[in-house]
Amino acid sequence: MARIKLEGLKKTYAGGVQAVKGIDLEVADGEFVVLVGPSGCGKSTLLRMVAGLETISEGRLEIGDRVVNDLEPAERDIAMVFQNYALYPHMTVFDNLAYGLKNRGFKRDEIERRVQEAARMLEIEEFLPRKPRKLSGGQRQRVAMGRALVREPAAFLFDEPLSNLDAKLRVQMRVEIKQLQRRLKTTSLYVTHDQLEAMTLGDRLVVLNGGRIEQVGTPMEIYARPASIFVATFIGSPAMNLIPLDYLRERGNGLLDDLPEGTDIVGIRPDDLHMQAPSGPHLVVESKLELFEAAGAESHLYVRLAGSEQPTVIRTAGQPPVSEGETLRFHVRREALHPFNHESNKRMGG
Amino acid sequence: MVENRPLGNLVAHLILILGVALVLFPVYVAIVASTQGPGEFLRGTLPLVPGSHALENYRAMWEAGLSRAGAPPAGQMLWNSLVMALAITFGKLSISLLSAFAIVYFRFPFRLFFFWIIFITLMLPVEVRIIPTFRVVADLGMLNSFAGLSIPLIASATATFLFRQFFMTIPEELLEAARVDGAGPLKFFKDILLPLSITNIAALFVIMFIYGWNQYLWPLLITTDPDYYTIVMGLQRMTTAADGDPQWHLVMAAVVMAALPPVLVILFMQRLFVKGLTETEK
Ligand SMILES: Nc1ncnc2c1ncn2[C@@H]1O[C@H](COP(=O)(O)OP(=O)(O)O)[C@@H](O)[C@H]1O
Ligand SMILES: [Mg+2]
Repeated sequence: MARIKLEGLKKTYAGGVQAVKGIDLEVADGEFVVLVGPSGCGKSTLLRMVAGLETISEGRLEIGDRVVNDLEPAERDIAMVFQNYALYPHMTVFDNLAYGLKNRGFKRDEIERRVQEAARMLEIEEFLPRKPRKLSGGQRQRVAMGRALVREPAAFLFDEPLSNLDAKLRVQMRVEIKQLQRRLKTTSLYVTHDQLEAMTLGDRLVVLNGGRIEQVGTPMEIYARPASIFVATFIGSPAMNLIPLDYLRERGNGLLDDLPEGTDIVGIRPDDLHMQAPSGPHLVVESKLELFEAAGAESHLYVRLAGSEQPTVIRTAGQPPVSEGETLRFHVRREALHPFNHESNKRMGG
Repeated sequence: MVENRPLGNLVAHLILILGVALVLFPVYVAIVASTQGPGEFLRGTLPLVPGSHALENYRAMWEAGLSRAGAPPAGQMLWNSLVMALAITFGKLSISLLSAFAIVYFRFPFRLFFFWIIFITLMLPVEVRIIPTFRVVADLGMLNSFAGLSIPLIASATATFLFRQFFMTIPEELLEAARVDGAGPLKFFKDILLPLSITNIAALFVIMFIYGWNQYLWPLLITTDPDYYTIVMGLQRMTTAADGDPQWHLVMAAVVMAALPPVLVILFMQRLFVKGLTETEK
């Protein structure tokens, strides 16, 4: 159990690539924090710096009450789950789990007890005598988790642990990881590029872009008030629509006059464009339906706004009776508008 | 291709049988010859059916050797060969494993330079550097010793290179996982790298052992004391017996004995690396 504190962490690789450009973050004891961002934004680098697998070019890293900048990974009291699992292929599952404990000089019966307990928790008891190659992807994933569990470390570090699984298994393991973390209350830092995984897993999200933090907050905070255009379009699927303010202002009705100073782009989530007029003040936009996508419980309407050709996505529940080529009217409530400035990329009005 | 053409099959098999016969016939002749009595060869024809003197020929070679030809007992020479071949094999394997480990997993100055230096020595087998090497070994007083027989042959660029290639295919995460699990470099080497390399080690063991066993020129050069003669060079001494014809029946018994250990090594190691090959998977 421990908190993790990152102060001004920077990483410059030997070739001169600056992968992490100054990160300040505090992960509370027992918290589940997800680092999310597009590929190449420095998530893995940051996580590996915490693990001790990459050196820290600049800054301070604390785990628990110790500054661990110069400690070996094994001395940091962390456990890591790798994307490709990194199981030792020549060892049985039991030995895979036991290896870290053996190296730390645990007694044989203590190792036995911990391995059995972790195996029970992850339901891999029957695989203990097998070699990893005789396991399916999902089972290997569990073994990799088990290897982290038995150590009872101060923190878990996950680097895209689910991205090698098929979609169904991914959802299932996601739920299990979440439940496990709730039960064990072990501080966890989890890296993913999948915004849905991030939203569903994290107590808090850290959205990274180009080696910097774009926004930190609970999933709902980030979804409801994205701090930048980047976050607005990265979190949520389909992505938020960005519409020039001028276009909407032409559509008038004075609703937009109280948007914060500096706003020139307005973001609207695909769910916030309604076919029925809501009560209360709202905006109306006309559009032409280009493509209708039925996805079971919900549908996606791809439209172009009348008079601007701006492509826009709408998500609705069920399957509305519309046909492609038809002109549709959408209603947007005033509260659903996200004010941005396209030069600074930032949300306006705090 | 699952085709069934009787004629094609027949031709293919005939060719294969012919090939096998070409290889096996001399072996057969050697074995048959080693069972003949002393007079058999003087008749001028090669006997093709086994004689009845096998036991006495082999015992004579094993215990007494051909003293007239200056060859010590074959048992002694086989032992010498075995010691030399094993020393070379283990030496080569351990040195090349360690240097490949260093080159792949450690960042030290001039790493690439050292790799190329090792690689370039591929061009310098013993035969090429035999005179200067002899000089060095003589100056170090290692003539007529097992050290002199084996040490100059131990450095192995080939094995180093092969292990390097193999180590580079091992995912880096395995090293990282081991580091998180508290394994230092030597522990990683011992617990993870070595077990994963076992197939490669077995294959190289066979190759290196045969290489060491078959050394001819080098032992011929540096041993003058019959106590250190190896079997392969001993064979040569026996055939060039000073007085009269070589005693072929005895020489052939020695030949058969000399050929046996490599065969045994292959048979034994084959189980290991066939098992390894079929089981390998990341
Ligand atoms: N070992 C390395 N040497 C040089 N550059 C690297 C190295 N590892 C990663 N990078 C670079 O650092 C940046 C961030 O990489 P990474 O942390 O792996 O991104 P992510 O995990 O978010 O996809 C990328 O531009 C990548 O090319
Ligand atoms: Mg990554």
